[in-house]
Amino acid sequence: MLNKLRRVGPPLLMLAPSLILLGVFVYGLIAANFTTSLTDNHTAAQATGQQPAVLVWFTNYVDLLASEDFQHSLMNLVLYTVVFLVGTMVMGFLWAWMLEKPMKGEGLFRSVYLFPMAVSFVASGVVWRWLLNSNQDEQASGLNRLFQIVGLDALQNNWWNNVTFGIIAIAIPAIWQLSGYVMALFLAGFRGIPEELREAARMDGASEWKLYRHVLFPQLSPVALSALIIIGHMSLKAFDLIMSISKPANYQTKVPAVDMFVFKSSFDYANAAAVGSILLIIVAIVIVPYLVRTNREEKR
Amino acid sequence: MTATVATAAVLGLTLAACGGSGDGGDGSSASGGADQVEVFTWWAAGSEKAGLDALVGVFNEQHPDIEFVNGAVAGGAGSAAKDLLQTRLQAQDPPDTFQAHAGAELQDYIDAAQIEDVSNLYDEFGLTDVFPADLVDRLSTDDGKIYSIPSNIHRANVVWANPTVLEDNGVDPEATYDDLDAWMADLEKLDKAGVTALSVGTTWTQVNLLETVLLADLGAEAYSGLWDGSTDWNGPEVKAALEDFETLMSYTNDDRDGLDWPEATQMVIDGTAAFNVMGDWAVAAFEEQDKVLGTDFTAAPVPGTDGVFDFLADSFTLPVGAPHPDGAKAWLETVGSLDGQVAFNKAKGSIPARTDADPADFSEYQQTAIESFSNDTIVSSLAHGAAAPVATLNAISDATSKFTTGASDLAGYQSELAAAAQG
Repeated sequence: MLNKLRRVGPPLLMLAPSLILLGVFVYGLIAANFTTSLTDNHTAAQATGQQPAVLVWFTNYVDLLASEDFQHSLMNLVLYTVVFLVGTMVMGFLWAWMLEKPMKGEGLFRSVYLFPMAVSFVASGVVWRWLLNSNQDEQASGLNRLFQIVGLDALQNNWWNNVTFGIIAIAIPAIWQLSGYVMALFLAGFRGIPEELREAARMDGASEWKLYRHVLFPQLSPVALSALIIIGHMSLKAFDLIMSISKPANYQTKVPAVDMFVFKSSFDYANAAAVGSILLIIVAIVIVPYLVRTNREEKR
Repeated sequence: MTATVATAAVLGLTLAACGGSGDGGDGSSASGGADQVEVFTWWAAGSEKAGLDALVGVFNEQHPDIEFVNGAVAGGAGSAAKDLLQTRLQAQDPPDTFQAHAGAELQDYIDAAQIEDVSNLYDEFGLTDVFPADLVDRLSTDDGKIYSIPSNIHRANVVWANPTVLEDNGVDPEATYDDLDAWMADLEKLDKAGVTALSVGTTWTQVNLLETVLLADLGAEAYSGLWDGSTDWNGPEVKAALEDFETLMSYTNDDRDGLDWPEATQMVIDGTAAFNVMGDWAVAAFEEQDKVLGTDFTAAPVPGTDGVFDFLADSFTLPVGAPHPDGAKAWLETVGSLDGQVAFNKAKGSIPARTDADPADFSEYQQTAIESFSNDTIVSSLAHGAAAPVATLNAISDATSKFTTGASDLAGYQSELAAAAQG
């Protein structure tokens, strides 16, 4: 017994502060958030305890999921995530593939592609807000004006002001910012494949395409999975970019995170907490299978 | 040996983690302390900052022994400040006094028991006699309590126009309009001529436009009835007003959701739009660019709202549990005083809430506003927190954004507004 304590004690003591902090500030607060979401805490007086808030169980969730406006927000989130994910993965992969063979000026290209990631979403949002100006024809500016100059007038559109697909316009700057990061991940993946494998494949008479198709691409799947998870959870949390291009009250670009902000500023803490929990659950659906998988692989 | 080091390290970490709390403000002053006052505003730039500085100048003269601590939070037309304020009040760490729109916006703080009744200060400082009775009525809650002292008055129902654009497109710049129909006939003409007839910005400016349309079509009494429940939101009068709003929106710029009010007003200044409906703080934008009232731009009440003053006011409060209540009272005294109001409003471009200020101290536009304020019927502005609590305003904004982007039709819009007003 004493022996065991001596063995486990010091490490446990070492870990204790972070465990306690983690327990209080992450899991404790998640629990507090979830409790709030189960009450009818919808007014300023209840938020400060001047009036009691009672337990209403899952009423807030049912009401939210049934409301047309929240469904619109969820739909926007799905559209944004799909376009953002596919966009960054395809662009990032293509860039990595192009840079994969050692070439002149590779460092320059790498910096050019990676650079947008160094800019904050808020800063780039201010610029893209101007680029995505929805005025057309005589009053056009930003990208619409560019289309006019190069004679592609038909491509002009109202960008993020479209009610149904407006959110996709906001995915464009997001793709621009994170493709370089995905490229870096894939490039590292390519470089991690030993040269011997390529040589062996070539010795066996594989064509250049077959070499990629059967030898190199299969080895990139762990990289692709990590990239998917990272980009996926970033897109679910999308808030700053949307807030700096559009405004919280703009219906066309609402996502759950924006709803949460608006509820919170209306003193509707219960609904804000409910939206928060829904977001957490969605993120968990994406992340947990990945964690389980990695765990299983590590044990093997 | 290693175990000792580990234990010491752990202890150190735990102590560091615990040490950060306490001592939120300044430990030195006793309760009721009057040695300083922290004033929380969102006046961090432009004419607002100039106004605050002028007010602080008067404060330092009147109360030289109290230190002024500027708690201004910049950004987002006050939204960043309101958010931080909400957090601080919730954590029971209030500033000594904070800026808030007078009227219904205060209701949430009152319900939450976060601000104190200051009606005794009205008697103490002699404010009851110098503020217009209409205004005092609007500031009081149903049980006769007043929770803030206004520093200034703004008017939200003003239409700004560019005479050159009007003339170039065959519209008489001298024309006055009795109602919205007459105005819309000219807007139609401008629209056909290919200019932006009416510029508007993002959602809150659209709500500002909506409230002036409701005011024009319903009249002052029925408009005020929207907020106390005596006017039916589902009625045909409101429907007719919303139809007018829809028509007006059809004459506006496409990129409205990407603009805030300065950019929308700038379109009139630059001559790319003919009209713009915005509160009278817009006059500062014209004057800063050396435009002259009457020749380079005109200002008039929104057609159909002549004789009605759609008011909003900035005001200061006394939070419950303020660390320096005496400092806060001194600040409120300066805010309500004649010198304070004159200095502040000359710099900010708004008008004093007091009726005993000399109009000759103010600019030409301000003089017309002072005159209207003393003669017109006063109603409360929706878009600026005077008429309805924050939750109602947010719900109305959401419904308006949905309607103007084309996601709901008129009937849906009207029922959403009715639901929003019911809260």
